Amino acid sequence: MNLDPKIFEPKRPGSQDVAWCPGCGNFGIRNILKRAFVELGLNPWEVVIISGIGQAAKMPHYINVHGYHTLHGRAIPIATAVKASNPELTVIAEGGDGDMYAEGGNHLIHAIRRNPNITVLIHDNQIYGLTKGQASPTTMLGMKTPTQPWGVFEEPFNPIALAVALNASFVARTFMGYFKESVEIIKEAIQHKGLAIVDILHPCVSFNKLNTYTWYREHTYWMKDHDPYDREEAFKRAIEKDPLPLGIFYINKRPTFEEMSPAYKKDKTPLWKRVPKVEEIKRILDLKRRF
Amino acid sequence: MPKFIKDVSIVLGGAAGQGIQTVEETLTRVLKLSGYNVYANKEYMSRVRGGVNTTEIRVSSEKVRAFVRRIDILIPFKRGVLPWVEKRISKNTVVLGEKENVEEEFLENVTFIEVPLSKISKEVGSSLYLNTVAAGVIAGLFHADIKVLEEYLRKRFGGKGEEIVEKNIEAAIRGYTLGRKLCEEKKVEIEVSKDESVKDDILLSGTEAIALGALAGGMNFLSFYPMSPSTGVAVFLAQHAEDFEIIVEQVEDEISAINMALGAWFAGARAMVTTSGGGFALMTEAISLAGMAENPVVVHLAQRPGPATGLPTRTMQGDLNLALHAGHGEFPRIILAPGTIEEAFYLTAEAFNLADKYQVPVIIMTDEYLVDTYYNIPDIEFDRIKVEKYVVEAEEDYKRYKLTEDGISPRAIPGYGKGIVVANGNEHDEYGDITEDEELSRIMQEKRAIRKLETIKKSAKLPKLIGDENARYLVIGWGSTFHVIREALEQLNIDDIAFLHFSWVYPLREDIREMFDGRVIIDIESNVTGQFAQLLKRELGVEVDYKILKYDGRPFSVEEICNALKGVLK
Repeated sequence: MNLDPKIFEPKRPGSQDVAWCPGCGNFGIRNILKRAFVELGLNPWEVVIISGIGQAAKMPHYINVHGYHTLHGRAIPIATAVKASNPELTVIAEGGDGDMYAEGGNHLIHAIRRNPNITVLIHDNQIYGLTKGQASPTTMLGMKTPTQPWGVFEEPFNPIALAVALNASFVARTFMGYFKESVEIIKEAIQHKGLAIVDILHPCVSFNKLNTYTWYREHTYWMKDHDPYDREEAFKRAIEKDPLPLGIFYINKRPTFEEMSPAYKKDKTPLWKRVPKVEEIKRILDLKRRF
Repeated sequence: MPKFIKDVSIVLGGAAGQGIQTVEETLTRVLKLSGYNVYANKEYMSRVRGGVNTTEIRVSSEKVRAFVRRIDILIPFKRGVLPWVEKRISKNTVVLGEKENVEEEFLENVTFIEVPLSKISKEVGSSLYLNTVAAGVIAGLFHADIKVLEEYLRKRFGGKGEEIVEKNIEAAIRGYTLGRKLCEEKKVEIEVSKDESVKDDILLSGTEAIALGALAGGMNFLSFYPMSPSTGVAVFLAQHAEDFEIIVEQVEDEISAINMALGAWFAGARAMVTTSGGGFALMTEAISLAGMAENPVVVHLAQRPGPATGLPTRTMQGDLNLALHAGHGEFPRIILAPGTIEEAFYLTAEAFNLADKYQVPVIIMTDEYLVDTYYNIPDIEFDRIKVEKYVVEAEEDYKRYKLTEDGISPRAIPGYGKGIVVANGNEHDEYGDITEDEELSRIMQEKRAIRKLETIKKSAKLPKLIGDENARYLVIGWGSTFHVIREALEQLNIDDIAFLHFSWVYPLREDIREMFDGRVIIDIESNVTGQFAQLLKRELGVEVDYKILKYDGRPFSVEEICNALKGVLK
């Protein structure tokens, strides 16, 4: 097994011009991802990252796996279909808190119902970075921003509680400042069969002066002796606010979208290799001659 | 005594939920299997129960495939049907049925023949058999094969137990006997010839043709959100998903539907979405992504009148401009609009090759009229369909957006080869990475919007010309109006008029401009502003001389086109 994360560093000219600010949490998440891929023994051509829009969504350009940088909020349906079209691929949907929880909120809800075997990674820095500092769905109450000068008064979105409430298949939270633990959580998320949601806390060094590296260390804790198969317990943990629990909240093993699909009941071949069943069409047409 | 020769238009009318569709299905199948050419189309209200829905069945010596306004035989299943079709009936119309279903004031204006449908069905055992009695009466009028009728009912009701089957057969035979008696007593006279070869024809609807065409084109992924009149395609495919081992998923909204289709194509599947105007409006964001990322996709857009919710169950060709302009920015697309059931099959199959080859959205435009129409067709020629795949293996240093002469970059997919595929909705370099480079931005815009478009244009299909190419008058139409215009021109039988039908709507080849030179051009389309005429003007500088437009949510009838053309030709 190749244990050098360098195989996940792209050499393309465009991938050298990284748009993230110095000190951005996204760098840390990229290192975590590369390490997780290496430890899982994945090759670059076996992994696809589908991203939405935002700084987090630029990940496909800075890492050497297949990528599709799509539209704001739309990574999940696209990733769902990629996995459904070729279940041999490891598929990750990646985006920020605005991307996944605001614009893409409806898709997240229904992906939980659908349960495709993909991993959803949310870079949650509690702010809109790329558009320069507006509140996101997870911005904390009272925080003042250029577009919420009076301070945020909307209840912050709780992705963990939502996911547990909807009986999601795998729900976790981590802080990217904890490298080793984050690598383990992401490895488990990727290996989990079914939709895995990982809310990854990370600072925005340019636009969120409140939720800094230090803040996250001081306002989070690792859950110990937590049984992720106990949904009620998971929900209790999910609604804790300060300090925020980190770790795997909930695991619910259930059939995936792909395995329930008639496309793969008998035949596991990816869709791109298939040919039309002309005889079956002829059979239907023949029925329409006779009946 | 009313006499109908060669071509009879039968209309059944009743409330939603009254089982008109059962009669329609029984009759069309039994008459076809007895050797008659049949055509059927329905009009229905956007409600689950009540209202008035009608279905038109044409039974003919020749292959008729168009809607006519006239009603030869009308069976009303409730009061309110005659007022609803008032403009379509005359003294020549034979109304078969019960007095209680015919408003007094109409009794003088039509030929009313009392047929105690309810009484018979109750005698058989229940008013539930009313539909079968009615089907039997019509079958009797045409001297349809009684064995075929029996066999059909046996198959249709087989799952409901022997008693139900026997009762239905009894109801049908009693109706049939009555129908024959009406002929013998010369109350109605029908002369339509049978044709043995018709028995082996395929009875296919527009909906089924689109769905089966997609399967023939290699479609293996369908994502959709239900919306009339496009849902039928999804229903058909969902019901055959196991047989074809395909993915059919009803998703949370149209935005998800089209994004899934993009993802499926990105991973090498052949995906389609089926929708109508309102749903397509929501999809335009992703159509734009398809344009930028050069992601193939096939969209079936079954039109209904808008704006907004409009008339959910009715027909119009009002979404051409939407399809032409959907999405922001400039990028090519292909718009197809089948004119016939056969074409719906072949063009839909072809759409997948086109999307694969040119890596653009391919929009197949139908409408409620086409999807809800069916008639018998001799056969499907499978030799005409080729599944052409254009996916290449990703090699090391693969460039998803490689600059080429014709604007087409070889498309690799994740999972085939060891190269890395990066697609992007941002402006990008050849590898797919984000760029804001001045020169590259310009080149990439030109690659998509000019070079690729020109390449597609060169292979665009020519419109179909019917009639003399030197005719003084040239009627133009697109999409579902094909047969109605064709039949109207046949009836008019004027030498100096030809018909040019477009099923490849966009982009248009430059060299078709000469087909219009020096002619009087009559544009026929089912919308308010003549959207196709606007397209011809914009693309080719062609000005139409007359427009025949209809936009009341109803399809054009042969009579309307005849009258309108007579008006133009004077």
